[in-house]
Amino acid sequence: MEARDKDEKLLSLRFPARPDQLQRVRKAVRKHVKACGCSAESTGDIVLAVDEVCQNIIRHAYRGEEGAIELEIEQRGEDLVFSLRDFAPETDPRKVKPRDLDDVRPGGIGTHLIRKVMDDAGFVPPPSGGGNLFRMVKRIG
Amino acid sequence: MRHAVSEEGARLVVRLEGEVDLENSPKAREVLLEAVGGDRAVLVDLSAVTYIDSSGVASLVEAFQVAKRRSITFALVSVNPAALRVLQLARLDKVFTIHESLPEEPDGDS
Repeated sequence: MEARDKDEKLLSLRFPARPDQLQRVRKAVRKHVKACGCSAESTGDIVLAVDEVCQNIIRHAYRGEEGAIELEIEQRGEDLVFSLRDFAPETDPRKVKPRDLDDVRPGGIGTHLIRKVMDDAGFVPPPSGGGNLFRMVKRIG
Repeated sequence: MRHAVSEEGARLVVRLEGEVDLENSPKAREVLLEAVGGDRAVLVDLSAVTYIDSSGVASLVEAFQVAKRRSITFALVSVNPAALRVLQLARLDKVFTIHESLPEEPDGDS
């Protein structure tokens, strides 16, 4: 196996924003993250976080309308960087925040899970063409 | 995801298998809500759940709350480590009653 560059694009995937796509997306993410030397627990956490971002896009950005999601995974030194882009109307980041978990009720924990398992996560300005870009960073370990 | 519901004495055991995600959590929700709609204690066997996301967890929470309102016992059994990790991250491992294995039935229930 050839040595990896310090910065390397590991995966670039475009798929329809539909629940039936998520299993194959998780499978692809798991494979690439595992190959980077992430522990089993970190790998599981990352797969969960990517899945949860996709869910937020499907449910809250596209709101059931058809659309696409672009997922990119890059290795930047010791960091794995996950970029998820959609082409839905712009999301107000202030409305996407974790809720109080002491209030036990169904739903609304996805954002908490994302922030809990990733070292950094949040919206960044999208490239030209509109939509939303959500970026997450996980230190390899 | 597959599921199976079996009557074990006075209890209903709901066994979920595979990945409980956005695609199939509506089915999990339907099965769980039907189970807690009866009069029996409900035990949810998660030993074969290899993945669960927030939508799957929401189905469990909803069933748990309905069971509580109806004064029905609701517990999780043999939670697979992958699913337990998600419950812990959501701080729900302290909310649900979790048994390591199917508990003995109390005397006289069967």
